[in-house]
Amino acid sequence: MSAPTTSPAPQQTIAAPTRTVGEHVRDYVARLRGGDLGALPAILGLLVLCTVFSIVRPAFFSAGNFANLFTQGAAVTLIAMGLVFVLLLGEIDLSAGFASGVCAAVLAVLVTLQGLPWYVALLAAIATGTLIGFVLGFLVAKIGIPSFVVTLAAFLAFQGIVLLLIKGGTNISVRDEALVAIANRNLPTALGWALAAVGVGGYAAVQLLRHRNRSRRGLATDPTGVVLFRIAAVAVIAGVAVYILNLERSINTLISSLKGVPIVVPIIVALLVVWTFVLQRTAYGRHVYAVGGNKEAARRAGINVDRIRISVFVICSSMAAVGGIVAASRGNSVDANTGGSNVLLYAVGAAVIGGTSLFGGKGRVLDAILGGAVVAVIDNGMGLMDASSGVKFTVTGSVLLLAAGVDALSRRRAAATGNR
Amino acid sequence: MSATPLLELRGIDKSFGPVQVLRNVDFAVYPGEVTALVGDNGAGKSTLVKCISGIYPTDGGQFFFEGQPVTVNGPRDAAGLGIEVVYQDLALCDNLDIVQNMFLGREKRNGIVLDEATMEQLAGETLAGLSVRTVKSLRQHVSSLSGGQRQTVAIAKAVLWNSKLVILDEPTAALGVAQTAQVLELVRRLADRGLAVVLISHNMNDVFAVSDRIAALYLGRMAAQVKASEINHSQIVELITAGRSGDLGLPPENGAENGAEQAVTVTPGAPQ
Ligand SMILES: Nc1ncnc2c1ncn2[C@@H]1O[C@H](COP(=O)(O)OP(=O)(O)OP(=O)(O)O)[C@@H](O)[C@H]1O
Ligand SMILES: [Mg+2]
Repeated sequence: MSAPTTSPAPQQTIAAPTRTVGEHVRDYVARLRGGDLGALPAILGLLVLCTVFSIVRPAFFSAGNFANLFTQGAAVTLIAMGLVFVLLLGEIDLSAGFASGVCAAVLAVLVTLQGLPWYVALLAAIATGTLIGFVLGFLVAKIGIPSFVVTLAAFLAFQGIVLLLIKGGTNISVRDEALVAIANRNLPTALGWALAAVGVGGYAAVQLLRHRNRSRRGLATDPTGVVLFRIAAVAVIAGVAVYILNLERSINTLISSLKGVPIVVPIIVALLVVWTFVLQRTAYGRHVYAVGGNKEAARRAGINVDRIRISVFVICSSMAAVGGIVAASRGNSVDANTGGSNVLLYAVGAAVIGGTSLFGGKGRVLDAILGGAVVAVIDNGMGLMDASSGVKFTVTGSVLLLAAGVDALSRRRAAATGNR
Repeated sequence: MSATPLLELRGIDKSFGPVQVLRNVDFAVYPGEVTALVGDNGAGKSTLVKCISGIYPTDGGQFFFEGQPVTVNGPRDAAGLGIEVVYQDLALCDNLDIVQNMFLGREKRNGIVLDEATMEQLAGETLAGLSVRTVKSLRQHVSSLSGGQRQTVAIAKAVLWNSKLVILDEPTAALGVAQTAQVLELVRRLADRGLAVVLISHNMNDVFAVSDRIAALYLGRMAAQVKASEINHSQIVELITAGRSGDLGLPPENGAENGAEQAVTVTPGAPQ
C-alpha cells in the first residue's frame, strides 16, 4: 500500500486562478439558492419601501427628508453596529438601549450640571459604556449566566440608573454647541465632496491593491470587471448621497441656509470602516467568527474564548454609548426615555434585517447600516403618512419577525444543501 | 526503519482518582512509520494520546523526544515539539473557509493585518503536497465539504506546522468506504514523507492496510508493540481481547485474572 514518496508538487492549482464574470455571477446565484442571502433582502426591502413611500407621499423623496433619514436613524444604527458583535457569538444584549441611555445621562450630567468641557463628558460617557460592557461580559463569560438573563436584568437596572442620574422625571438639556452639532449640524459642501472623494479613493486603492497582489501571487481572484463594478457602485452611491445632501433644504434661504452632509454621517462611515477592518482583517475578528461558529474548535485552536466573549460586550456597550451621545445631541436633552421604548428592538431588528444571524457566526457591521436604513425608512415613511404609533410598532415588529424568519429559513435551506 | 524512535514513552502511569487507567506503559513511535494504537473500548488509547498531547498530566514515567528527555506540561509544549493531534470530533469551524480553519489561532499577519495571501498560498501548497485534489476552492466554507474532505482539512491543518508527529484518533470512524480509503491513503503519504504517524482505529483491515507497527493496549497496559509484518489478524484480536497471544503479550498472571485484579482496585470495599 505504501506509495512512492511524493515530493510536494509545486503549486498544484486547487482553484482556477482567474474566474470569468460569468462564473462569478453563477457562483453568486448558487450561493443565493443555497440559502446564503447576504444583504439581498435588506436591499430589496429598501428599494420596495422607498418606491412605495415616494408614490404615496411625494414629500418622502425630498432632499430635506433624505437628510432626516440619516439623523433619525443614526442612534439606532450605531447601537446595531455594536450589537452585531454580540450576535456574532450567538449571544444577545437586551440592555444596549438603556446602556445608551445611561451613557447619555452621564454625558448630560457632566456637561450641563457639572459644567465640564464637552470632550471630557464625551470620553466619560464612552468609558461608562466600556465599563458596562466589561461587567456584562464578565458575568456571561466568567460566571456563566446566560446573556439573555444578564442583559434582561441590566435592561431593568439601567432604566433605574437613568432615572437616578437625572433625578426622577425631569430632563437635562444638552446645550453645548460641539455636542449639539453632532446630530444637528452639517459639513460645508466642499468638505462633504472632499471626504467622499477620499473615501471612494481609499476604497478603490484597497480593492485594486488586493487584486494586484493576489493575481501576482497566482491566487484565485475576483474578475477585474467585478472589482471595477464594486468600486463604481461605491462611487455612485457616495456621489449621489453627497449631491442630494448638498442641495439647499431650507424653505426660505433668505432666513437661513441648510445644506451639507450631516456631521453624524462621516462618523458612522468612519466607525463602519474601523469595525469592518477589525472583523475582516485582524486575527481578533477571525477569532470572533470562530467562537461564534464553534466554541470548542476555537478553544482547541488556542483562542482565549472568555476574552473574546467579554470583548464583544465591551464593543457593544461602547457603541451603545456612541449611540446615546448621538441621541442626546439630536434631542438636545436626556430624559428617562432616552434609549428606551423601541430603541433596542429597532437596533436588534436593524442587525437582523441587514442579514446578521441570530444563531451566531454570520454577520457584518454593514448589515447594521443596511438594516438601520430599512428601520429608519419605515419609521420615517409611516410618520409622513400620519400613521399612529400603534401602526408603526405593529409594522416594524412584523418586519423584524419577517427578517428573523428569513434568517431561520435560509439557515434551514443552507443545512439542507450542505452549506452550513 | 530508523533505529531511534521520534517519541518514546517509558513507564507511563495515569490515574483518575482511584481508577488507574494507564500502568507502566511503554510506547515508541518512529519517523516515517505509521504506528497503529489498538485496544478495546476503555483500554486507555485516548487517555494515552491526551497524555502525549499535554492535555492530561502523567503520574509517572518519562518522555523522550528525538532521544532527549522532555517534559510536556500542556498542549503548547506538545505543539512546540511538533506534535499535532487530529481529534475524533475534528474541531473545525463550519462558518469559516478552509484556509481560515487551517490557520485558526495561528494566523499569519503583517503587523496587525491578516496576511491572507500568504496563508492561502501555504494552505494550497500543503494540500497539494498531500496530493489532495478533491476540494474545488480553498475559500469554500467547511460546511460545504463532505466528511472525508473535512477529515482531509483537519489532517492538512495538523501537517501545516512542520509537525513531526501526527496523532489521529479514529479518523475513519464516521466515513464511508471510498472516503476511508482516501484518508488512509493520506495517512500513508504522511509517513512516506518522513513524519511519524499514530493511528487509532478499531478496524483491523484499516490497521493492516497502512501501519508498519501495531501497539495493543489491554486494560491500561501495553500488551505488545510489534511490526505489522510479524503478526496476523487473529493474534491482534487475541492481544486486544485477552492481552496475550502465544508468547506475545502480557505474562500470565498467577491465579487471579488481570481483569479481576482491576475490579478489586476499582471497588476496594467489596472483594469476595
Ligand atoms: N477524565 C476521566 N476521568 C475518569 N476516568 C476516565 C477519564 N477519561 C477516561 N477515563 C477512564 O479511563 C479508561 C480509558 O478511557 P479511554 O478514553 O482512554 O479509552 P479508549 O481506549 O480511548 O476507548 P475507546 O476505544 O472507547 O475510545 C476508561 O475506563 C474511562 O472510563
Ligand atoms: Mg478513545
